[in-house]
Amino acid sequence: MIDFLRRLFGRNKLTAADIQTAPLSEKQLQVVTREVQKYEPPQLVVGTGQSLGRQREHNEDCLYALNITLAGKNDPLPFGIFIVADGMGGHQHGEVASEVATRALSTALIRKLYIPNFNLQPEPQTEPLQEIVQQGMREAQQAVLKLAPGGGTTMTAAFVFGEQVTVAHVGDSRAYFVFPDGRIQSVTRDHSLVRRLQELGQISEKEAAVHPQRNVLYRAIGQGEPFDADINTYPMPHPGYLLLCSDGLWGVVPELEIFRIITSTNNPSLACHHLVQAANAAGGPDNISVILVYYPN
Amino acid sequence: MLVNRYLIQEVIGIGGMGSVYRARDMHFPNALKLVAVKEMINQARDPLIRQTIVQNFEREANILVTLNHPAIPRIFDYFTHEERSYLVLEYIHGKDLEAILAETNGPLPEDVVIAWAIELCDVLQYLHTYKTEPIIFRDMKPSNVMINTNNHVILVDFGIAKVFNPGQKGTMIGTEGYSPPEQYRGEATPLADIYALGATLHHLLTHKDPRVEPPFTFAERQVRKYNPNISPELEATLNVALQYNPQDRYKNAESMKEALMMVAQKTGTLSRMTLLVSPTGPLTESLKPLWVFDCEDEIRGSPTLDNGVVYIGAYDNNLYAINSTNGKFIWKYATDGGIVAKPVVYDNTIFVGSEDHRLHAVNNRSGKVVWTYFTDGPIRSSPRIAEGHIFFGSDDGYLHAVNSLSSRRIWRVEADQPVRSTPFITSDHVYFGNEGGEFFCTDFRGEIKWRFKAKRAITSSPVVSQGVVYFTSLDSSFLALDAKAGWVIWRFRMGKGSVSSPSKVENYLFIGSADGCIYSIEAGNGREIWRFQTDHQVSGSPVVYKDSVYCGSVDGNMYCLDYRTGRLRWKFHTEGAVTGTPLVYNDVLYFGSTDHRVYALLA
Repeated sequence: MIDFLRRLFGRNKLTAADIQTAPLSEKQLQVVTREVQKYEPPQLVVGTGQSLGRQREHNEDCLYALNITLAGKNDPLPFGIFIVADGMGGHQHGEVASEVATRALSTALIRKLYIPNFNLQPEPQTEPLQEIVQQGMREAQQAVLKLAPGGGTTMTAAFVFGEQVTVAHVGDSRAYFVFPDGRIQSVTRDHSLVRRLQELGQISEKEAAVHPQRNVLYRAIGQGEPFDADINTYPMPHPGYLLLCSDGLWGVVPELEIFRIITSTNNPSLACHHLVQAANAAGGPDNISVILVYYPN
Repeated sequence: MLVNRYLIQEVIGIGGMGSVYRARDMHFPNALKLVAVKEMINQARDPLIRQTIVQNFEREANILVTLNHPAIPRIFDYFTHEERSYLVLEYIHGKDLEAILAETNGPLPEDVVIAWAIELCDVLQYLHTYKTEPIIFRDMKPSNVMINTNNHVILVDFGIAKVFNPGQKGTMIGTEGYSPPEQYRGEATPLADIYALGATLHHLLTHKDPRVEPPFTFAERQVRKYNPNISPELEATLNVALQYNPQDRYKNAESMKEALMMVAQKTGTLSRMTLLVSPTGPLTESLKPLWVFDCEDEIRGSPTLDNGVVYIGAYDNNLYAINSTNGKFIWKYATDGGIVAKPVVYDNTIFVGSEDHRLHAVNNRSGKVVWTYFTDGPIRSSPRIAEGHIFFGSDDGYLHAVNSLSSRRIWRVEADQPVRSTPFITSDHVYFGNEGGEFFCTDFRGEIKWRFKAKRAITSSPVVSQGVVYFTSLDSSFLALDAKAGWVIWRFRMGKGSVSSPSKVENYLFIGSADGCIYSIEAGNGREIWRFQTDHQVSGSPVVYKDSVYCGSVDGNMYCLDYRTGRLRWKFHTEGAVTGTPLVYNDVLYFGSTDHRVYALLA
């Protein structure tokens, strides 16, 4: 488009000297300057991984990944729905809770976001995206109350459309952005007691890691009052990764290691496999679920 | 009909475990005796859990049966029927506070809340000093407090006795948001009820639901931040009740009641005083303008500054060039109509639209015309320049793209309705709204990529940041749309429509509205961070400079607010409405007023 503009308007004001760069180390430059494979049409490359872990008998995690590319007459915009839910309750309802919540949310998003956009005659979407997602989270809450009473689940969901990602979150599963330059940024805030105590300066990060109540959540789907999920929209890191995972991964594998594994391959499925392996190698104390979304464009 | 006695009339509430019904007691066939029947359906499969649930229910019955207080419902009956257990209670004619909050759609007045709060302290004191063993209510929250038709409080739902197993994930006690920190450790003392009462009152006075906020954040969310009408005394009382450490709170409900009585007394008699004493004490009188420049008619538009010269249009038809350091007149250029648009400077030329239907290009040194470009309607939209071209809207219903040197039209986009919104240009798209409520995204060929329809006019000028476009509409919404696809990401509702244009700093958006407020909104999720109420419509747009946001109001003031908290730093009064957008440069603030003057103030 810029080229077109220049031809059209016959001016070219941007010169190399105008572009400012932060000072980067050699190592950082190596990563950044590694040639990024561009894909046409623009698309998401998605991998998933899941494991029981080494100490649990049941899988109470649930993950969901939907990735759509439609490239035709219009500008193709990648579309994806990704969910990680970590059920709990210590009894059979945990696994039911995470799954019904996931099914309820994904169904709601497909009904409200997928169908209107990809059916024969696309309709303009007028209801705010964040309200659709919030409503989907409430439907998940209702589904758990009805089908898994007493159970509860965390839920971290990401809806990618074009260059924006909307993240909805309840509990202590996490969403991260991973940038090729080495930054790994958590975009969710755990709804856990220890996290809150940490924020209040009552305990340190080290104390939090071994706190006896580190598993206590103050907000979860299926528990307590009707609530609002945390919902935020961000520009999708590109090039870069979106990572969703349950605490079976982030609680045992350090962020630096997560970053190393993710950037060591161009294949997100393989990266997820290695992430699960790393969590199990560290003892695998809990179920592990990972979704890795790469947006190369 | 239940057990041949209670005729169910209506569902009055639905909880996690079952419903609450209004029923008629048929043992009194000749009198209309209404009761509340609380049903609990035990669906748990685990026998241990089943048993716990039944025990909790029985516990509630056993607690209630021994109590005798006007603010506690009487219990009439308790029985189990198949899978279901029932409590029959006194029927309360009234509404719970949650319903009242939902209806009022705003904070409740201080005097009303204090009266209830004193009664709530009374009943808590009764429970906490109960003879054999103190009773901790443990679940104080708006939905558990009913207000009867005589405006007295009744505590309902004594059912909470959730099991707390430390270390097990997902165990929750009390109602998150209202519960104190120690309740998460399984401690329940009378001081926990004091905290929860404080949290409940906080919710009533601010209309901010603590369940959607991170827990224990009351210290950062002081009542008066959301509701400046609340007295500082009441805020202080709540602060004590909401202390993080139990030992820092009121030592019992009785002393909290005393504190509330004091507040009621004080504010009752000194209410005028508390209104007069402004909390921030802005120093209006000490603000002296650096200079003032007089025009011959109203200034409704915004100034621009280039190379030490302020350019501003007025309704006296002139475009003025003023020395920015001393306010001395340099030149004026007369058009044939009023000027509301903000001039832009490019290549030693000033471009501005006028009510005379023309876009004027004026030499910055001489103040002489270079060329003019005709449209078929008044021009209220301010021009934007990109790649040597000028983009602006006109009341003729088009967005025009004109070459800055030749004044030749490259294209125009038909919008059908007047375009008063100033376009926003990105590297590959142009964004603007029209008076018909439509919003357009076009490419540089003038081809429409997507459009969006609001219910009323979009006069506001959009801002695009990180792939999201922000603007307001007269339909009172503030919108965030995906800039590529045109999807609505979020919508924030203001009290009235808006023609103000947003500004964005970090993750904060700032916007004005005809409801008189200046809002700060979180860009990622459209939630309100703060609002500042002025005394009239806010038609101009806020600007941020360093850590302040500056915005004018039709009430005649220019306001300077702390951009993180919305706290007033100072205000400066003019004799007319301030409808334009101020300009800040080198610590000096420039703006016009409908009192015909241009002001320069130290920012």
